[in-house]
Amino acid sequence: MNAPELASEQYLLETSGVKKYFPIKKGVLNRTAGYVQAVDDLSFGIFPGETFGLVGESGCGKSTLGRVVLNLQRATAGRVLYNGRDLTKLQMKEMRHLRRELQIIFQDPFGSLNPRLPIKDIIGEPFRVHERVNKREIDEKVVELMRLVGLDPARRNSYPHEFSGGQRQRVGVARAMALHPKFVVADEAVSALDVSVQSQIINLFMRLQRELGLTYLFISHGLNVVRHISDRVGVMYLGKLVEISPTDELYSHPLHPYTLALLSAIPRPDRAKRSKRLILQGDVPSPANPPPGCRFHPRCPYAQALCREEEPLLRSSEGDHRVACHFPLG
Amino acid sequence: MSVSLLEIKDLTVGFPAEQGILKAVDRVSLKMEEGKTFCLVGESGSGKSVTSLSIMRLIDYDGGDILSGEIFFHGEDLVQKSQEEMIKLRGYKLAMIFQEPMSALNPVFTVGDQIAEAVMLHQKKGKKEAWQDAIEMLRLVGIPAPEVRARQYPHELSGGMCQRVVIAMALVCKPEVLIADEPTTALDVTVQAQILDLLRQLKAELNMAILLITHDMGVAAEVADQIAVMYAGVIVEEGTVEQVFSHPCHPYTLGLLKSIPGYESERGKDLYAIPGNIPSLAQLPQGCRFHPRCVPAREKCRLEEPVPHDLGSGHVVKCWLSEGAERAEKRSPDLPADMNQGEVNGGKEVRTL
Repeated sequence: MNAPELASEQYLLETSGVKKYFPIKKGVLNRTAGYVQAVDDLSFGIFPGETFGLVGESGCGKSTLGRVVLNLQRATAGRVLYNGRDLTKLQMKEMRHLRRELQIIFQDPFGSLNPRLPIKDIIGEPFRVHERVNKREIDEKVVELMRLVGLDPARRNSYPHEFSGGQRQRVGVARAMALHPKFVVADEAVSALDVSVQSQIINLFMRLQRELGLTYLFISHGLNVVRHISDRVGVMYLGKLVEISPTDELYSHPLHPYTLALLSAIPRPDRAKRSKRLILQGDVPSPANPPPGCRFHPRCPYAQALCREEEPLLRSSEGDHRVACHFPLG
Repeated sequence: MSVSLLEIKDLTVGFPAEQGILKAVDRVSLKMEEGKTFCLVGESGSGKSVTSLSIMRLIDYDGGDILSGEIFFHGEDLVQKSQEEMIKLRGYKLAMIFQEPMSALNPVFTVGDQIAEAVMLHQKKGKKEAWQDAIEMLRLVGIPAPEVRARQYPHELSGGMCQRVVIAMALVCKPEVLIADEPTTALDVTVQAQILDLLRQLKAELNMAILLITHDMGVAAEVADQIAVMYAGVIVEEGTVEQVFSHPCHPYTLGLLKSIPGYESERGKDLYAIPGNIPSLAQLPQGCRFHPRCVPAREKCRLEEPVPHDLGSGHVVKCWLSEGAERAEKRSPDLPADMNQGEVNGGKEVRTL
């Protein structure tokens, strides 16, 4: 990826100042008592053809961000530009048309497939929704898609329960690929799978990207999976992006203490490669009431007075490596 | 080798099904020692949870039957005990923690009450004394302000806190054996690191034996002293952490390790993938259960089930290909694992799949 040389207008997808707040309703009058700040003022971009990995712990807002960039949930504020068009301003009809290019693959290969449909109908559904094609053409396309993702087309009349977890995830991938998307959000798409199956699906994602020229937003809490597949990685904490960097740079020289803690918490099977641990104290605070200043300061072993008062902004450190920390690690 | 605290001998557990009795665990044997952590590693359906539920005799409630085998605890066979006798042991000398901390706690009682319950039941202590024990235990597992927390309900605590409460509940009667079934799988990595650290520290303090069940080779490497890898109901490889991770000898163990992103693969390149899928218990392959997915498998593997083969000092592998592997291990102890593997597989390249 020659990402650093590209100018910002060459982003395929770009967010600027995007926010997503969920109101907390209370009492008989259903008054809004506050907001969960799931995604708070994020600006970043994804280059065409790259895989952007998004990591963070549960509740940090990474899945919400994935939905907001596809406009499945409308942003509370800010812009989401896809090919220069602001998705948040589009009419329903225009958005529906664009959906062909924007797809999502979900975590749970059990919950995301309709158990009452044979898989040829599940994979063929996008054609019925978006294209005027007859049954025979759909059937041909389903066979082609099943071959693409490594499923036996002879099983197209089977139902989801007849497939294993890994095969079901392949069905989800085939459905997402049906309309030749350009941008795909994979939301914890391999997290529910066993290691031996997980590696097969990761290989499938990488092969499809090579063959079809896809751009991925790959959301996962699995840090070593993200490292393997991503060109650049963003780290989220409590609704904020705290660090963005090319993958190798991030994993070898994390600048944010939270990133360091995340990396050192990965249990490694190879004892030799293990580094010294930074074990965080306490839990992630509630996004309804985030701490003032830097949101990470109550758990940060290096926090100083400034961190409690002023929120650090995401700024360039070296080249393409950006970090939101007053005292980044050296 | 010292006397083992808990010993399983040839345990076979079956579940009645349409196709007959399915053996989820087939002739599994293992030994646990005081103050040591034993890890059972395997993918879903390998039989690791069934093994742990059998020790607690909770398998009876899950529709399973212990078909044969013995589970010795202090020289007594748990398999022969009645459920009434087991109730006296469970939560007392034998304790268990489960994967989902939220669903393991009763939402309508305070966490203090739930911990004190075990003390009152097993140690016949009064309510006040039991409550004090509960608070002491909450402090031990690292919950700040335990007096306040003890009066709270599970929904008021975070996932990591709940798992600490579950651990406190399991440990309050000072058990001799703790079974932890995927105790950190539902938790975030930073919280997982805290809980693993806590388990390690408590094991030393209370000198108990821990049986840790996990699908994560990384977690196993972090905390285990002894490791057994399970596949389709049988233990395929067993040894110390050093033996299994530095010299994995079963092709399945090696495949699992190599499937982990970042273990040996280069970023962005195809990952090693074990071909095929885990077989269904109703259609187990003949011979070695792993042979249809094993690249270097030979004729013998298809026909005969491998017998446990000791590579020396307790590193046991159930694989026909491991014959002659001691030689390789002795000659080149410092070589990376997969170079030794080249010998094991008769020099065949395992990577090109």
